[in-house]
Amino acid sequence: MNPKLTRRRFIKGVIASGAAATTTGMWYAANGQSGPAGAVERLIRINVNGQMRSVDVAPQETLASTLRYKLGLTGTKLGCNRGECGACTVLVDDVATYACSVLTHSMKNGRIETVEGLEAADGTLHPVQQGFVEALSPQCGYCTPGQVMAAVALLRENPNPTREEARHALSGNICRCGSYDSYLDGVMRAVELA
Amino acid sequence: MAYMHIGKDFVPPDVPGKVTGRIKYAEDYTRDGMVYARLLTSPIPHARVLDIDASEALAMDGVYGILTADDVYPDGEPQSTGLKILTNEPTLVGEPILAVAAIDEKTAETAIARINVTFERLPFVLDPLDSLAEGGPNGYPGDNNTFVFRQGFAQEKWSADQVASFRAGNEPTAEPQQTWELGDLNAAFAESEFIYETTFTTAGYPHHSMEPRSALAYWEDGKLYVHGTSQSLTALADDMAGIIGVPKEDLVFINAATGGGFGQRARAGSIPSMAIPAKLSQKINRPVMMRVTREEEFTIGGARQGFQGWIKVGFKPDGVMAACDIYIISDNGGKGGGGDASSAADCIDVLYQPDALRFRGTSIVSNTGHRGAQRGPGQNQIAPIMAPILDKAADALGISRLEIRQINTPRTGDVAGPQQTPFTSAFMPETLRLATEQFGWEGRQSRRRQRNGSKVVGLGIGQGYHNAGRSGMDGIVSMGTDGRLKIHNGVGNLGTYSYASTSRAAAEVLKMPWERCDILNERTDNHLPITSPQDGSNSIFTNTRTCFGAATDMLNKMKEIAATDLGGDPADYDVADERVYRISDESVGYTYAEVAQRAMELGGKFTGEAELPEELAEWTQISVSRLAGTAFLGVYHDPRHAGNPPGFTVTCCEIELDLETGKYEILDMINVADSGTIMHPQGMKNQLVGGAVWGIGLSGYERHLYDPQNGLPASTGYWQSKVPTYLDTPVKIDTGWVDLPDPENPVGARGVGEPAMGSVSAALTAAISDALGGHLFNAAPVTADMIINHLAGTSEDAKPLAQNNFRG
Repeated sequence: MNPKLTRRRFIKGVIASGAAATTTGMWYAANGQSGPAGAVERLIRINVNGQMRSVDVAPQETLASTLRYKLGLTGTKLGCNRGECGACTVLVDDVATYACSVLTHSMKNGRIETVEGLEAADGTLHPVQQGFVEALSPQCGYCTPGQVMAAVALLRENPNPTREEARHALSGNICRCGSYDSYLDGVMRAVELA
Repeated sequence: MAYMHIGKDFVPPDVPGKVTGRIKYAEDYTRDGMVYARLLTSPIPHARVLDIDASEALAMDGVYGILTADDVYPDGEPQSTGLKILTNEPTLVGEPILAVAAIDEKTAETAIARINVTFERLPFVLDPLDSLAEGGPNGYPGDNNTFVFRQGFAQEKWSADQVASFRAGNEPTAEPQQTWELGDLNAAFAESEFIYETTFTTAGYPHHSMEPRSALAYWEDGKLYVHGTSQSLTALADDMAGIIGVPKEDLVFINAATGGGFGQRARAGSIPSMAIPAKLSQKINRPVMMRVTREEEFTIGGARQGFQGWIKVGFKPDGVMAACDIYIISDNGGKGGGGDASSAADCIDVLYQPDALRFRGTSIVSNTGHRGAQRGPGQNQIAPIMAPILDKAADALGISRLEIRQINTPRTGDVAGPQQTPFTSAFMPETLRLATEQFGWEGRQSRRRQRNGSKVVGLGIGQGYHNAGRSGMDGIVSMGTDGRLKIHNGVGNLGTYSYASTSRAAAEVLKMPWERCDILNERTDNHLPITSPQDGSNSIFTNTRTCFGAATDMLNKMKEIAATDLGGDPADYDVADERVYRISDESVGYTYAEVAQRAMELGGKFTGEAELPEELAEWTQISVSRLAGTAFLGVYHDPRHAGNPPGFTVTCCEIELDLETGKYEILDMINVADSGTIMHPQGMKNQLVGGAVWGIGLSGYERHLYDPQNGLPASTGYWQSKVPTYLDTPVKIDTGWVDLPDPENPVGARGVGEPAMGSVSAALTAAISDALGGHLFNAAPVTADMIINHLAGTSEDAKPLAQNNFRG
């Protein structure tokens, strides 16, 4: 590879990380409790885990912020808040979606599912959750809700994936503990349980 | 030995909470009246704060207070840079200068934007060798460029010619800060048939734990409650009390789950930022939540030390490693820390048992991330450097790559390291055999360097090591009149499940059904004993000893009560089915509920009110004093063990490297451990596959990047730092273990978390070298760029031995 390409990539990296240099960056812009001057929160209704929830939402508020800080659904984790790690993965109309990277206002017609919505009323775990328990898929567990939701999306689309297909379907979810092998074991166990 | 619990899989109690999202990490908590802290951090890599004007910010509605370094350190900042939570002399971009608390984060950030900080720019450096050269910039306070343990900041300089010669690939000629030597180096090199000498680099890179280090703190009834993130529980809280300045008995540290540690959250000194909301809360008398962003996690988090090194290794004609001479400049980062270089040399001595070895090392500043322990600090950087050298020697001497490792393998009875410490046991020969047999290593040799279009096959084998056990800690178990066993466990929950698997040693002693056991951990007001920090792969060894000891103390007390009440001698009694019974007549005995009731009636030593071990740590004494009289107690202080309990791994892998792209696919990989008795097979497997992913990152991807003009970090995110994903790792990683007991542990167990990474990095780097016909990059990572540059014969176009920047 031409080394100049590498330099260009490096410079792009520096620009992308500029927020670190100016300390506080864009944190509040994505945070549900605030907004730029003049921004007004509006009461909207969104469908979360089968229930219509009324919530005041700022124009720039992300779905992850709404779920965590306004609806108390803290199972959805924020690992990067920049669309890199997948810890905030939820389902929107059955599609795995980074909740940190979509605005809540765009969700008014969507059917949102979070990890809290998978368990049956009698406490029975979803097959993916049960498969992850039996395979001891999680290590630190912080990425686990996102991995669960990505796997649920896969099995709805393809109830009998190969391990290779599962690997690709979950590849938008980072596990820093490196438990990928055990998550794939868990997905394949879920296929058996479903 | 037939065990009831040990060696069997179980569901650790926190796992259902992890798959349902119910388990809470620090940022998931709220508190009535909670306000929010935000940080003002340094925009420049080395500066002095001349003035802070916060008057406009403090006059804003909704702003509750500010915390500066002058508040925290009224008598001046400590000499040790690593322990500071706020500073007036930042030594890296992103270091916290002050914190503001406000009604919400927007208000806090608006307030910060209205604070005027006047900085004086100071010289900064990103490559330690640039600072080491005479006249080069010095990045630490007081125009210094190194930090000497127990002495403070100092200046270390080589002549410009000495640095240039080192960069050109020659042995450093300057005096090192640190050195140790074993055997007769010159004589050993004289006996060598094959000698390999090279300079090398290994990159620093961040831990990037998934959970940012957010923390919530509040004061209530004179106690400080901190919801934080930590690898360790009691060990970290013990030190955190000192950093915050609160008596140990008044701190409640709450930490049910931690979103990754990897060495950087083991000790309070490596994650002191949790003290910021604690101090702010004290100042403004409100609960304070400090949420931390991914970028802040990078800048106030940590990183592995990078190496700029020179090594010379000699082998005798029969393949025995005769001598190793190694000189390492360690990148100490902007805040000091790390003893990786000496550990790297120690690892060479352990794994290859050379007749003679000399280590020389010097640690130098760069104004980059805080360096400290990261999974196998030292042992794992050197693993990918050594493996290809062994292969080159094997090829040169006409022996196989497996044989050269078998010839030099550590065995039980061997010694290693500067103190020539004997192993407690060492089953590396068995591990090499098991890994190569399960992988079919010999059968695959015919595929070495086979071409398939633009792709070529490479095979690699590698070994990993880390010391894997400590001692001298405490254990507590308790039992109420319901007869349930409560295991008070101070081990942190960082995802290894060692808090649970070590607890099973206590259940084993009392032959207690697992469903009748409760693990008390998660928060320090569960009356927890002191533990060693959960780093250095030690937890399994260290805390099976304490849990086993505390349960044995309870077992002995049960027998004593039964003998006193029911006749006979304590030795006449045994336990089973939750009963202590007379061996000669099983109908004579007490249920556990009854014996606990008797213990409560008797009091004294049975309930922790008398005859406690004298050596208990202060933290444990506080816990026992609070439990005393409330339950039947088993209390134990663990004496020191003798020797080095090692954790060993062996990895074999086969890759297919594309000569047109420099990319490779790992076709097969096995990671096999010698970790003593296996406590928890699924947990063991997780350490082996997790370590494998980390080893893949070390070998191929992860590295710091900084803008050389302004010192800005460019790898603050996952994509830029290049943490491996599902697609960078094999679709299946095989695992195995030899499962032979260590004599210094009551159940034979040792740890393994760190070696599991080193052996993978060694094997993968060796496989890359193999696929390229034996070319050695002498570097970690070996990126696709570097492979393509090598194949194209083009210059890497970077300063030799560069740190914190691209090599290729």
